[in-house]
Amino acid sequence: MSKTVPVIIASLVGFLMIFAFFSPQLLWLRQTAEDWFAIITTIAMIYGGLTLCFHHLKKISDSEAGWGFSAVTLLAFGVTVIVGMLKIGVVPETARNLNHPWSGPFLQEGGAFWWIYQYLFSPVVSTMFALLAFYVASAAFRAFRAKNVEAILLLVTALIVLLGQTKDREITTLFLPAMTDGSTSYLPIADLTEFIRKTIVTSGQRAIMIGVALGVVATSLRILLGLDRSYLGGDE
Amino acid sequence: MEITQRCREGRIPRCRNSGRRMGLLLAFLLITMIVCKGAVFAADAKPVNEGSGAGQEKAVAWFDFEKTSFALLTVAICGTVIICTELARRGKPFYVRPIAGLRAMEEAVGRATEMGKPMLFVPGIEDIKEIDTVAGLMILSNVARMAAEYDTPLEVPTSRTLVMTAAREAVQAAAIAAGRPDYYNEDRVYYVTEEQFGYVASVCGWMNREKPAACFFLGKFFAESLILAETGNAVGAIQIAGTAETTQLPFFVAACDYTLLGEELFAASAYLSGEPAQLGMLKGQDFGKLAAMVLVLAGCALATWDSISPRVKTSDGQNGSRRTQWITDTVLKGG
Repeated sequence: MSKTVPVIIASLVGFLMIFAFFSPQLLWLRQTAEDWFAIITTIAMIYGGLTLCFHHLKKISDSEAGWGFSAVTLLAFGVTVIVGMLKIGVVPETARNLNHPWSGPFLQEGGAFWWIYQYLFSPVVSTMFALLAFYVASAAFRAFRAKNVEAILLLVTALIVLLGQTKDREITTLFLPAMTDGSTSYLPIADLTEFIRKTIVTSGQRAIMIGVALGVVATSLRILLGLDRSYLGGDE
Repeated sequence: MEITQRCREGRIPRCRNSGRRMGLLLAFLLITMIVCKGAVFAADAKPVNEGSGAGQEKAVAWFDFEKTSFALLTVAICGTVIICTELARRGKPFYVRPIAGLRAMEEAVGRATEMGKPMLFVPGIEDIKEIDTVAGLMILSNVARMAAEYDTPLEVPTSRTLVMTAAREAVQAAAIAAGRPDYYNEDRVYYVTEEQFGYVASVCGWMNREKPAACFFLGKFFAESLILAETGNAVGAIQIAGTAETTQLPFFVAACDYTLLGEELFAASAYLSGEPAQLGMLKGQDFGKLAAMVLVLAGCALATWDSISPRVKTSDGQNGSRRTQWITDTVLKGG
């Protein structure tokens, strides 16, 4: 029963969503389902916060490896929640609300929460994102080793695309003689890059996307018909 | 106690039918709700301008005819998939091509067991409403069952609370199914953060500290895919990844040992389950691909014919519209 009811709800709501896509009369159903999902997600967010606290408190209490990170996480979490909830540093935006110190928006410029976001959170996120450049370089170095024919093809294509993204005309002009009419000549690497991206890459991507679309249909049917219940933990 | 046990096993007819009855009740309630709401909707949609007496009505159609071709295509594909499932259920054997990434899953679990190291499973960074995440959770169930059989720790950090709840259910049920209920430890399936790079930092930190022997990245991924996969590569883990995001696939291919490309991610659960009905669905999917190929070829042929044949001139001497314009306007519209 604990699995049957969720499967029935998933099936009913799923099929209704399909019908609602084709029937304007049932549009309200889609909106209602989205509202329900937003409500459930909000409740789940509170649950997530609690779970996070319990998980890290347990790590600290058990003195597990890396418990110091858990302490930092809990401290950051607690400070951010308190600062955000109490709107520390936020001032009323209109003269009418002068007696209501909490009336300003929580992300008001100059507020403590804004400061945390602007000077702590954003730089840390940017740092993580910047690491991507180094990971791209190391992955490319491994992927472009000319081990066999396919790898050589990949390497040559990658070189063309890389050159096409740079000042290819200016670079190739240096090595090529001028045309008979005096104009400079260059290799059309940028055009070749455009051809690779628009024709070869797009066709490959579309082929994958068609497969994905059919996979989504089959997976959705498996869920809607209750054939695959593994996402709920399997059969009863 | 015995009655409860028998009831659970479905040996008492009343209990066996209780799920079906509950389903019918839910369906009845839902249909009643739709009819009532529909009636209110229809009442609201009656005359909007009664004062003018024009009797102008805001008619809301029950079917959007612009989506006819899309509806027919949906019915055709779903019908094919269902027919193949039914044929498979009746015993018709279907060949399903082996997928290297899926065959390697048991090898990855075995490697982790031999090395005495944990495994990592990342079900993507999106919520459970994404089908990629659901597909990832389906595979998690299978991986967790293998891990429970070998008693190898499986770490599942999630970036969404609902995903965490579903993942806990999946791992717990897998442990019970494997006959090892004590294997389940809810501290190993936990919520980290919804922030993309915060999640990556936490997972990569764990990978660097614990040095997992196997990493599974199956779900919806964005820019974090390469950071995760490269960190896994650096710690020497065997890596199996899969996503339907075409922009992230090259990163997984470059950094992982096995990659499930697009549709393979969705086929994985059916493939691993080995159930005939689910394998039949994969065959139905293949027929869909065949139909797509035929349609693409037909479309190419039509477009080529249209572009090389001379256009009909209009009365003012201009070139007329393309002959295939009606296909664009009608058949391809509404998708």
